[in-house]
Amino acid sequence: MELILVNVIDGLVTGLLLFMLSAGLTLIFSMMGVLNFAHASFYMLGAYFAYQISLALGFWVGLLIAPLIVGVMGAGVERYGLRRVHQYGHVPELIFTFGLALLIEELVQFVWGKNQMPYDIPEILNFTAFSIAGNSIPAYKIFMIFISVGIFMGLLYVLTKTRVGMIIQAALSYPRTVEALGHNVPLIFMGVFGVGTALAGVAGVIAGPVLGTFPGMAFVLGSIVFVTIVIGGLGSLWGALVASLLIGWITTFAKSYNIAMSDILNGIGIATPENLSDNMFRDLWTVTSPQIADILPYILMVLILIFRPAGLFGKRES
Amino acid sequence: MSDQLTTDPSKPAQRMRAGSMTLTLGPWIVAAIALLVMPYIFTSNSALTIMNQMWITVVFALAYNMLLGQGGMLSFGHAVYMGLGGFFCMHLMNYIEDFGLAFPLPLLPLFGGLFGMGFAMIIGSFSTSGAGTRFAMISLGVGELIAACSVIIVAFFGGEEGISGDRTYGLPFFGVEFLKQIEVYYLISFWLMLSAALMYLFSRTPVGRMANAVRDNPERAQFLGYSARWVRFYSFCASGFFCGIAGGLFAISYEILTEENLNAASSGVILLVTFLGGVGFFFGPIIGAIAFTLLQTVLSLQTDLWAIYVGGLFLATVMFFPGGLAGLMMMHVPAMRLGKASGLIVPYIKTLVPGAIGILGVCALIEMTFHFRHGAKGDNEMTLFWTTFDSHTILPWLIAGVVAAVGLGVARATAPAMKEAWDEANTAGGAS
Amino acid sequence: MSTAALELTGLKKSFGKAEIIRGIDLSIGKAERHAIIGPNGAGKSTLFNLITARFPPSAGTVKLHGEDLAGLEPYQINRKGLSRSFQITNIFPKMTVFENVRCALLWSQGYKYSFWNLVNRSRALTEGAEAILEQINLSERRNLPAGTLSYAEQRALEIGITIAGGADVIMLDEPTAGMSHSETDYITDLIMKVTEGKTLIMVEHDMGVVFGLADRISVLVYGEIIATGKPEDVRADPKVQEAYLGAALEAEH
Repeated sequence: MELILVNVIDGLVTGLLLFMLSAGLTLIFSMMGVLNFAHASFYMLGAYFAYQISLALGFWVGLLIAPLIVGVMGAGVERYGLRRVHQYGHVPELIFTFGLALLIEELVQFVWGKNQMPYDIPEILNFTAFSIAGNSIPAYKIFMIFISVGIFMGLLYVLTKTRVGMIIQAALSYPRTVEALGHNVPLIFMGVFGVGTALAGVAGVIAGPVLGTFPGMAFVLGSIVFVTIVIGGLGSLWGALVASLLIGWITTFAKSYNIAMSDILNGIGIATPENLSDNMFRDLWTVTSPQIADILPYILMVLILIFRPAGLFGKRES
Repeated sequence: MSDQLTTDPSKPAQRMRAGSMTLTLGPWIVAAIALLVMPYIFTSNSALTIMNQMWITVVFALAYNMLLGQGGMLSFGHAVYMGLGGFFCMHLMNYIEDFGLAFPLPLLPLFGGLFGMGFAMIIGSFSTSGAGTRFAMISLGVGELIAACSVIIVAFFGGEEGISGDRTYGLPFFGVEFLKQIEVYYLISFWLMLSAALMYLFSRTPVGRMANAVRDNPERAQFLGYSARWVRFYSFCASGFFCGIAGGLFAISYEILTEENLNAASSGVILLVTFLGGVGFFFGPIIGAIAFTLLQTVLSLQTDLWAIYVGGLFLATVMFFPGGLAGLMMMHVPAMRLGKASGLIVPYIKTLVPGAIGILGVCALIEMTFHFRHGAKGDNEMTLFWTTFDSHTILPWLIAGVVAAVGLGVARATAPAMKEAWDEANTAGGAS
Repeated sequence: MSTAALELTGLKKSFGKAEIIRGIDLSIGKAERHAIIGPNGAGKSTLFNLITARFPPSAGTVKLHGEDLAGLEPYQINRKGLSRSFQITNIFPKMTVFENVRCALLWSQGYKYSFWNLVNRSRALTEGAEAILEQINLSERRNLPAGTLSYAEQRALEIGITIAGGADVIMLDEPTAGMSHSETDYITDLIMKVTEGKTLIMVEHDMGVVFGLADRISVLVYGEIIATGKPEDVRADPKVQEAYLGAALEAEH
C-alpha cells in the first residue's frame, strides 16, 4: 500500500514536469499550427542557463532569470525564424524547428562540452521530507510539485480570468478575426511562443538537478512530450494535463512493479517453452515491465491515433 | 462530343505528341558511365568506401522523397524501413551461411525491399489516412517504438551489438565472391541505377501522378475519382520497398546492422539530406546525398564542429532557399533559356566570393573559441587553414575578425548589384 | 417518368444548433439544366457539399440515378458519375495545364492505381487531354503551370477538369464568380458546349447566365426551396420577387 503512495508521488512529479513542457507545446500548436520540435531544446537551455547562473548567483536567482532568458530567445526565434518560414507551409515549419533542435544541441555541446554538468539541488532543499515504508521522499520533489501546480494555477488564471487571457483564447481559434478587431496578433503569437518556451525553461531549471544536465536531455524527453500532446489531443490544455499525469503514472508504476511477461502468459494458460534460449520468441517471454516502461507511451499513442485520432480531448484537426 | 478521343491527322502537332514521350535518356547514360568509371579515377579504398556510402544514401534519400517531395508526407521515423530491411538481409545472410544455401548475393537487396514493403503495408494501413501533422506524429511514434523494441527483442535485433554476418559465404556469383570492395561497389552501383530508374518511372505512372495531385490538392483529387488515402498508401508501400533495398545494400556493404540504423537520429539525417538536396526535383535527393556524405566524411576530418556547420547550413536552407540545392540550380534555367546566364557570372564572383570568405572568417572565430574553451590545458596551438598558431594570442583573433567583417561587408555592399543582374538576366530583352 | 438524375428528399443539415438546410425536396431530370439561385447565406454551397458528401446530412436522402448515396465517400460518388467544380478555384497549381486535365482522365480511362503504365506512353490519355484542352480553349497554355493562368482561364480549366472524367451529372458552383461581362459570356458559351446531353446543376448569382442557360430554376432562401420551375414562371412568382429578385430582376430584363 505504501509503495503505491510512493509511486503516486513519483508519477505525479514526472507527470507535472511533462505537463509544463506539453502545456507550452500544445498552446503553441493550437495558436500557430506549428509543432515546435525544438521545444525540448528550450527545456535543455533552461537547465544549462540556470546552472551557469547558479554558479555565480545561486539556485534561486537561476530559477527566476533562466526562464526569462529562454522566453526571450523563444520569442526571438518566432519573430526572426519561424515567421519567415511560415510562408512556405507547414512542412518547412516542422523541418525548421527540427533543424533548430539539432543546432541547439550542437551549440550546447560547443559551449558547455559533452559531459554532464554538476547542477545540484540547492542545499536548503536537500533533505528528506518524509518517508513512506522505508522509501524516503526528498523535499525537492515536493518543491517540484508545488512549483508545477503553482504555475498551472497561474496559467489557468491568466487564460480564463484576465483580459489578455481572453484575447489569447480567441486568437487560439480565430487569429484573423482577433486581428480584425484591432489586436496585434503577431505580437500575441510572439508572446505565446515566448511564454511557452519559458515554461519549458522552468521545467528545465527544476528538472536539471534531478534528471541530469547533459546535452542529450532534450532528446530523451523530446519525443515523450510529443506523444503526450498527441494522446491528450493537439491544442487541448486539459488534455495535456491528463495525458501527462497518465504517462507519468504509467511509466512509474511499470518501472517499480517488476511484472514479467512470462507470468502474464502463464496466467492465461500458455506454458513456458522448454528450451527458452533457442526459442525465436525468447525475448517476448523474458520481457519485464521495467524494460518496456519507456515505450508504453508510444504504444498508447499509436493506439490512440488508430482508434481516437483526435486524442483524448482533441478538438482541432490540423 | 463525338470526336473527343481521335487524333486529327491534319494537325501535325497532334500527330507528334500523341504517343511521343520518352524519357530523356541522356542524363541516365551519363550517370551510368560515370558510375562505371569513377573507381578508376578515385582508386583508394577509402574513396570506394565513401562512394558506397554515398550510393546507399542516394537510394534511401530517393525513396524518402517519394513520400516527402512527391507525396507531401513528412515522415520522422523512416529509418525503420531501411533498418528492418537491412536486419532481415543480415539474418538471411547468416541463414545462407549456416545452411549452405545456393543463393546469389546480388538478389539479397530484393528481399530486403520486400520485407521493408511488408512493414510499410502494416504501418501504412493506419498511418496514411492523413498527410500532415497526424502522419508525421504516427511516423515518429512508430519509429521510436520500433527503435526501442530493437533493444528488447534481441533475437531479431541483436541487442547492443546488433547483427553481423559475412557476405562472402554465399554462392559465388559468376565467380565473384564479393571479397573485394570494388566488387561490392559495382553491385551497389547496379542496384542504384535500377532503383533510381524504377523510382523515376514510378513517378510517371498513374499512381505516381496522382500522388503529386493528392499532395497539392487532396480534395480535388477525390473529385477525380481517386481516394487520397489509397494513393498515399501505395506511395508509402513503394517507398518502404526501396528503403528496404537500401537496407539490404547496407547489410552487404558493412556486414553489420545495429540499433543505430533504426533510430530517430538516422531518420533525422535522411530528412536533412533530402531537404538539403531539394524535394521539388527528382534529382534533388541525389545531390543532397552526395553533398552530405562529402560533408560528413571530409569536413569531419577537418573539424570537430562539422555538425554545427551542417546544422547551420540546414537552417539556412529552410529559411532562405527551401528549394534546396536542386532548387538553386534550377532557378537559373529561365536565365539560361534566355541566353543571359553569362551576365550573372561577374556579379556572382563579386558578391559570393567575398561572402564565402567572410563565412570562413566566422568559422575561424568559432573554431578558435572552441579550441580556447575546450582545448587541453597547455595545448595552445591549433591548426586552421594550413597554418599553425597559438589560439591564446590576440593576433589570430584579430585577423579572423577582420577577414569576417571585410568579407561579409563587401558581400553586403555588392548584393544590390547582384540582385539587379539577376533581374536583368531573367527578363527577356525588349518587350516581354 | 424515367428515374431522375438527382433526387433530394427531405434533406436537412444542422451545424450544432444552426439549421442551415431545412428540408429540401428536389428532383432533377436527365439532361436537364437546372440552376439554383438565392441570396447569400441561403445555403447553396452547403447544399452542394451535402450532395457530394463533403459532410453527411442530418436527415433526408440524396439519390443519384435512383441510387442512395448515403455513407459513400466523395471519390466513390465521383465514380458513379457525379462531378463538381468549386466556388474557389480548386486546380493543381504546380502542375501544367495539360497534366491537370490528364489527371482528370486517369480514373475514367480505367488506370486506377496502376504503377505499371507510363502515362506519357498512353495515346488515349494524351489525345483525350488534348481534346479537352481544345474544348476549353487552353491548348495554347498547355505547358504552363496552372497557377500562372489568369482567373478566367483557371475557371475554364476548372470546368475542363470537372467534365473530363465523363461524368453525366455536372455540378458547377458559381462558375462565373468574379468575372467581367465578356469573360462571363465566354464561360457561359463554354458551359453550354461541354454540358450538351448531360445533366447540369449550377449555383449562380448572375441572372443573365441563369436565364440564358437554365431549363429550370430553384430558388433557395434560408435553407428552403420556395419555388421551382421554368425561368419565366419563377420570375413571375410573387414569393420569389418578394424574397429575392425584386429590383435586380427588373434591371436585368
